[in-house]
Amino acid sequence: MKALHDSTGSPAGTPASPASAPARRVRRHSTMAWIGMVIVGFWILMAILGPSISPYDATAIVDTDVFSGMSHKFLLGSDYLGRDMLSRILFGTRATIGLALAATVLASATGTAIALFAAFSGGWRDAVISRALDALISIPSKMFALMMVATFGSSMLLLVLTAAITYMPGAYRIARSLAVNVQAMEYVQAARARGEGVWYIMTVEMLPNMIRPVLADFGLRFVYVVLLLSGLSFLSLGVQPPDADWGSLVRENISGLGEGALAVIMPALAIASLTIGVNLLIDNLRSKRAAKE
Amino acid sequence: MNAMILRLIARRLLQAVLTLLLVSAGVFFITNLLPGDAAQTALGQAATPETVAALRLQYGLDLPAPLRYAHWLGNLLSGNPGMSLVNNVPVAQMIGGRLPASLMLAAVTALVSVPLALFLGIFSAMYRGSFFDRAVNVSAVSMVSVPEFLVATVAVMIFAVKLRWLSALSHAGDAATLGAFIKAYAMPVLTLCCVIVAQMTRMTRAAVIDQLRSSYAEMALLKGVKRTRIVLRHALPNAIGPIANAVALSLSYLLGGVIIVESIFNYPGIATLMIDAVTTRDMPLVQACSMIFCAGYLLLVLTADVLAIVSNPRLKTR
Repeated sequence: MKALHDSTGSPAGTPASPASAPARRVRRHSTMAWIGMVIVGFWILMAILGPSISPYDATAIVDTDVFSGMSHKFLLGSDYLGRDMLSRILFGTRATIGLALAATVLASATGTAIALFAAFSGGWRDAVISRALDALISIPSKMFALMMVATFGSSMLLLVLTAAITYMPGAYRIARSLAVNVQAMEYVQAARARGEGVWYIMTVEMLPNMIRPVLADFGLRFVYVVLLLSGLSFLSLGVQPPDADWGSLVRENISGLGEGALAVIMPALAIASLTIGVNLLIDNLRSKRAAKE
Repeated sequence: MNAMILRLIARRLLQAVLTLLLVSAGVFFITNLLPGDAAQTALGQAATPETVAALRLQYGLDLPAPLRYAHWLGNLLSGNPGMSLVNNVPVAQMIGGRLPASLMLAAVTALVSVPLALFLGIFSAMYRGSFFDRAVNVSAVSMVSVPEFLVATVAVMIFAVKLRWLSALSHAGDAATLGAFIKAYAMPVLTLCCVIVAQMTRMTRAAVIDQLRSSYAEMALLKGVKRTRIVLRHALPNAIGPIANAVALSLSYLLGGVIIVESIFNYPGIATLMIDAVTTRDMPLVQACSMIFCAGYLLLVLTADVLAIVSNPRLKTR
């Protein structure tokens, strides 16, 4: 469903602020980009270091005090079994970011590769590929994921594949529109005239000239994948116990919602900080570049 | 309305029907990819090979896949999506019991979110660059990139836990009075609205700003027309098409959001039915629910496209 963002371009298509204060605008943008970078960097670091710096083991039942608030013992409270929430979140970082990153890389790489091929070949190949992937976009992403899980269960591999297939057509669409333009450039024509191979033209001539928008799109797609996968885990159809990503942490503590437990809100906030961080980063990098050009 | 517009709409309708057909094929084949079959699942481990074979025959599982697809599609179109494997109840009956609740939720959400989003979008476009605009914009961006269940849990924390105005669970079934009705729907609708209003506001704002950038708006500005008048009398009538398009597209986000929202508030709608079906691998039910969601989604996107065609002034002069 989120794939519709692509056609409407809404999440990143923020019109520029008024031109009355250009100096202030540039500074604000770079500050926002820095904030985004710090958040994203922090979570990547936690994905790498998390398990080794967490105060307890993720599965250790520390106390009988369930759904407790913040204390010295539990910096972010305890969960429904009396486990340390901070440790659970730190351990969950790897599943959350790792799975989403794998799926996004897969989606963007295949989407871009197919797009390069389609734009380069043109004609009926382009038409067939584009129509087929358009049909895939007409299945709302959550529906598609639910069907895949219903059929194949929810192993980690399947979750990555499902998310990748769901968001590949969107990546294709963006990359194809870029590739069609690049493909018409003189240097590509020249390379064709020189008799270079398809692979050479696609990777050496075309790809470098469209890599930046493709990378920005990669960031957006990563956000969608994080939301899709954590949504699935929240429905207890994603990452299965004993593994847990942030979405499953929200789900397993949902019984504490009525008493306002930290254990419900903290993992949800972690997801939000990651997705907002990525959005800030790519949004402001993009507008800075647009201002420069 | 001229021949050109009618032809475009007819083509778009045909395309929608074809897409729905493709989607139905997708739904059917994805859910039938696994070799394990419904007869075995329905009878369990202890079934003898003979009974499994008999049930396979009864379900028509011995036929080749394309034939089964045609059969399934025919049944679906005649309103008979088969029997639930888990409850042994007709799927149509299970869906019929849940669909009104979901439609009600969607209708109430649309009723609240559309006027709100239009107001926010038009005003932030009118006072572009102001504090109000920036505040609306920042909250809309964050709302779009945040999971629905965060919005829902924060809403529960505030309204049910801290303020004690509402209960954390929705009891939509027994809402007899208006007060009870509001109490039951407030939380799910609030959560859904947050997500959809954000989307709709951004698109409405973009549509109005697009018109304000045009030369006639500049002309009006140079003639000294007031900003309010430029927006309300000049830009808005021309932005109606894109705005209607934005409303229909944003409402299609309801379909995704409703899955999470129904689940978190335990709302007895069709999304919770589908989640249960996925958990128990009740394939006929999964297929039927998926088709309902996909059809609803396509219908909204189709409406958006048709509105865009009808409201395009360039097509009127031809």
